[in-house]
Amino acid sequence: MAKLFNLTWVFMLLAILAVGGGTAVLPEMQHMTVDQFHWVTKGQFRDIYSLGQVAPGPNMLMVLLIGQKMAGAMGALVVGLAFFLPDCILTLLANRLWVHFKDSPWRAAVQHGMAPVAIGLMLAGTYAIARLSIFNLTSLLIAVSIFALLLWRHINPALLVLAGGVTYALLPHVFAHLFPH
Amino acid sequence: MNDASVVAEARAETQVPLATIFWTFLTAGAISFGGGVVAYLREYTVSDTKWLDDEAFLDALEISQTLPGLNAVNMSVIIGDNLRGIAGAIVAVAGLVLPGVVVIMGLGAFWQAQSHNPQIKAFLIGVAAAAVGLLSTVTLQLGHKQFVKPLDLAIIAATFVSVSILRIPLYIVLVVIGTAAVLLYRPGAKHEVLQERARQLRERLLHRHYIRLRH
Repeated sequence: MAKLFNLTWVFMLLAILAVGGGTAVLPEMQHMTVDQFHWVTKGQFRDIYSLGQVAPGPNMLMVLLIGQKMAGAMGALVVGLAFFLPDCILTLLANRLWVHFKDSPWRAAVQHGMAPVAIGLMLAGTYAIARLSIFNLTSLLIAVSIFALLLWRHINPALLVLAGGVTYALLPHVFAHLFPH
Repeated sequence: MNDASVVAEARAETQVPLATIFWTFLTAGAISFGGGVVAYLREYTVSDTKWLDDEAFLDALEISQTLPGLNAVNMSVIIGDNLRGIAGAIVAVAGLVLPGVVVIMGLGAFWQAQSHNPQIKAFLIGVAAAAVGLLSTVTLQLGHKQFVKPLDLAIIAATFVSVSILRIPLYIVLVVIGTAAVLLYRPGAKHEVLQERARQLRERLLHRHYIRLRH
């Protein structure tokens, strides 16, 4: 019961702090679920994040697996509601009130001011995943070549993400085959 | 027949059925692999069904980006709410996340059963490394305007350093840097006026050059 309670308030807090989307809140999520509550290890957090990348829809559905790991189906349900419901309610209210502050000069101030904060948070999220996944030349090359490829032309990111996984899993075998001792 | 019932009838005729909303968002949620859900939503709700025009879509995107939460989910709430009120918002979000929920729970079960499989582990490390490349591109594309503006670049750097290097809790970062950033852009802030004047001057100069070049 205490476990479900902790899952609820942690993911509700993360939902409210997710200014700039899911990536923006990744460092805080890692800090709370790995360092503070020890619900998952660093490696498991990275694995769960990667599973979210290969599932359709919003990548952040990966939070369900943290709940599932801690408290089964009930944990997944609790985490899902805690992480998604608060922002849905906020958005619903904002949508209804939008006509009242659409033309307010402060709306522009909030938008202009928060845009670079959100970008900074996304950089921090990217850096957090980099710290978890880039620790040798192969993983570095995968990240850099996908960055370059996507800047060069638009390719379905899902294919590139899968290609990255297959490359990392197969490359040691390819090398062993090419350069036998 | 009185006026009210005519209006009600017309409304009922133009109302999008909840099942259609659900199906549309279910499709978007099922085929949007590797992010980019918002692009699919635009195609389905603006280009295909004409439920909303481009301006309404951009309004919805603006609200979604300013508020906390995932853009795609917030967008679904707004589009669903605009079409059919709270019930519309609920079926839109349910449709959007349902395929992902089913797949992620399945993948999770497989992952837990294979937790000692080195191939799976290597595959997931490669996926995460690939995601770093993808996230870098997305961040650069979203922030291309901010990265070249000195004030914005300073806010970006301050935010990144506070979270990633100094490990300051996110709520403190948001309250302190967020408030400072909004105040820097407050209505009538001096530098904004100056910037606007500089922009107008630049435009005038450009225009003059352009005319001169043409002659």
